[in-house]
Amino acid sequence: MSNKLIDLQHITKSFDGTMVLDDLCLYIRENEFLTLLGPSGCGKTTTLRILGGFEHPDSGRVIFDGADITDLSPNKRQLNTVFQKYALFSHMNIADNIAFGLKIRKKSKEYIDDKIKYALKLVNLEGFETRMPDSLSGGQQQRIAIARAIVNEPKVLLLDEPLGALDLKLRQDMQYELIRLKNELGITFIYVTHDQEEALTMSDTIVVMNQGYIQQIGTPEDIYNEPQNAFVADFIGDSNILPGIMIKDQLVEFMGARFACVDTGFGTNKPVDVVIRPEDLKLFALPEGAEKGSEAYQSCVSKAEALNPGYLTGVVSHLIFKGVHYEMEVQSGGFEWLVHSTRLFAVGTKVLMSVDPFNIQIMNKPESEDEQAVALEDM
Amino acid sequence: MKKHNGLINGPYLVWTAAFIVIPLLLIFYYGLTDKSGHFTLSNIAEMGTPERMKALWLSLILSLLATFICLLMAYPLAMILAKMKTAMGFIVTIFIIPMWMNSLLRILAWQTLLERNGVINQFLRMAHLPEQHLINTPYAIGLGMIYDFLPFMLLPIYNSLLKIDSNVINAAYDLGANRWQTFWKVTFPLTLPGVISGITMVFVPALTTFVISDFLGGSKVLLIGNVIEQQFTQVGNWNVGSGLSLVLMVFILISMALMNHFDKSDEGAAGIL
Repeated sequence: MSNKLIDLQHITKSFDGTMVLDDLCLYIRENEFLTLLGPSGCGKTTTLRILGGFEHPDSGRVIFDGADITDLSPNKRQLNTVFQKYALFSHMNIADNIAFGLKIRKKSKEYIDDKIKYALKLVNLEGFETRMPDSLSGGQQQRIAIARAIVNEPKVLLLDEPLGALDLKLRQDMQYELIRLKNELGITFIYVTHDQEEALTMSDTIVVMNQGYIQQIGTPEDIYNEPQNAFVADFIGDSNILPGIMIKDQLVEFMGARFACVDTGFGTNKPVDVVIRPEDLKLFALPEGAEKGSEAYQSCVSKAEALNPGYLTGVVSHLIFKGVHYEMEVQSGGFEWLVHSTRLFAVGTKVLMSVDPFNIQIMNKPESEDEQAVALEDM
Repeated sequence: MKKHNGLINGPYLVWTAAFIVIPLLLIFYYGLTDKSGHFTLSNIAEMGTPERMKALWLSLILSLLATFICLLMAYPLAMILAKMKTAMGFIVTIFIIPMWMNSLLRILAWQTLLERNGVINQFLRMAHLPEQHLINTPYAIGLGMIYDFLPFMLLPIYNSLLKIDSNVINAAYDLGANRWQTFWKVTFPLTLPGVISGITMVFVPALTTFVISDFLGGSKVLLIGNVIEQQFTQVGNWNVGSGLSLVLMVFILISMALMNHFDKSDEGAAGIL
C-alpha cells in the first residue's frame, strides 16, 4: 500500500470560465480503494474524467506509474472506467460487450472465451453470454459494465457513481460486491460518489471535495470522527455545528455554558466551531413540574454533570421514529439541536442535554472570508 | 395490447379507409382488369416493352445512386450537427433551412441554374468557357434527387446520433478502441436504425418520382414515374397505369423487406462486428 501509483500534480480545470478544479494535488497508492466524495459540482467527476483521459487539464500533470500520461488518449491508458448508467453497447450481446476490449487487442478466441467465463463468474452472472443488455436489470447491467472493464486487467478501475441509478437495497448489496471484487482482483479502485454512506462503507481513503478544492483526505474513521472543517462535518453524516469560544485547553464555551473537551492547542479565548454528532448528545428528562433547585431537579443535574461539567436545558420539539433510533429536535437557547437516541423523549419534554468530552469536536473557524463563504454556502 | 376505444380511433379509421385502403384496392382492381372489367394480367405484362424496361432500369439505377450519395453526404453532416454547440448550431441552421423549403420550388431553382440559357451557362459564357449540356440528362435528375431528398436522410441519422449516450462512445475509447474502430463498432451500428429509415425515405420517393424528372429531364429522359403518370394524365388508360404501379410496388416492398431484415439481424447479434 505504499507505492504511489497515480500522482495528480497541480491540476487546474475550468469550463466556460468557471473554475472546476483549482490546483488539485492528490496521490493514489497501489491497491487502494479511494473515494472522491462531494456534492454535485465539486469537481469529483472532472477529476475522474481527467484520470480516464476524457478531459484535458488546463494545467498540471497526471503521473501514472512513473510516466506522464497527461496527453495520452483514453484508449492508450491502462485504466478502465465503469460509467454512470452503465454505458453498455446496446447492439451487442453480453459476451460481445465483455469481449470488446479484448477483441480490440486482438486476443485469441480461446483467451477471450476464458475471460468472458471468468468475468461473468466473478460478477455472479454465469450463463448470461447471449442475453442483450436491455433484457437485464439495472444491477445486472452494472455488473456487466464492471466485467467489461476488468477483463482488460487494468491496474486501476475508475468508477463514476456506478450505483447511483440503483435502488437502496441493491445499492447496499453492490457495495459488498464491490469490496469483494476489489479484494479478489487486488487492483486500485477510484470511486466517485456523492453518497457519504457508500464512501464510508467501502473506502480505504476518502477525499472530501467541495468547489474544486480538497477539503480533507483520510480514512473513513478520520473523516467521520475528526472532520477538519465545518463543510466536512456537515457533509459526512448529520452534525450540530455551532460557534463557540475556546476558553483554554480542554475547556470550551458555547450557548453560555462551559464544557470539558479533549482538544488542546487552540490558544485562549479563541472563536472556534464546535461540532457534535447527534448520536453523541445525551438527554436527561427533567421530572414534570420539577422546580429549579428541587431535589428531583438536582438529581437530574448531577447525572448530566457526571458526563460533563457543562450541560444545557431544552425542550423536545420534534420526534421521528427512524427504526434503529429516534430522531429528535431539541430547542435550547434559540438553537435547534439534532439528537439521535434509542430512548424516546416525547415532544414537550423538558430535558438536560450533555455530551462526553471526547465527543466534542473543535475546529478552527475559516480564516479568510472566502473560505467562510464557501463553508456557509454549503451548510 | 389494450382494447382501444372505437370512438377515439374512429376518425383515424375513416381516414385510413378513405385515403389509403380504398385507393390501394382501386389500384389493384384497375391493375388486374381490362377496360370491360374482366380479369387480366396484360396490364402488368405492359411493363415488358423495351422503352418501359429502360425507364424502370434508369429509375432503379438513379434512385440507388442518389440514396448512396445522400448517405455519404448526410452521415458526416449529421455527425457535425450532433456535436455542434448551440451558438454554432444557429449558423448551421441558417444553411440548412433551404433544405426544408417546398421541393417543387427547389427543383425549379435547379432548372433555372441548369437550363441551356440558365445561370451556369451564362456564367460559363462570360468566362469564355464552352457551354455545357446540363438539363435534360440523367445526371441532372440524379442531382435533383440528391438535393431534394438529402434532408430525409439527414434527419433520421441525426436523431439516432443524438440518442447515443456520450459515455457509450467514451466507453469504447476507454476499452482501447481508436476513433476508426469506435465509429465502425459502436457509433455506426447504433445509428443503423436511422440509416435504414433514411435509406427507405430517400429510395422510395426517388424511385417513384416524376416531378424531378419532369423539370430536369424534360421529355427526353423518362423515369418509370413519368411513364405511369402519362398513362393516367395523357393516355387516360387507368388500367395500364395501375398495372405498372403494381410492378413498381413490388420493388418498393422488396426494398423495405431488405431494410427490415438488416434492422432485425442487427438486434440479434453484433452484425457489423
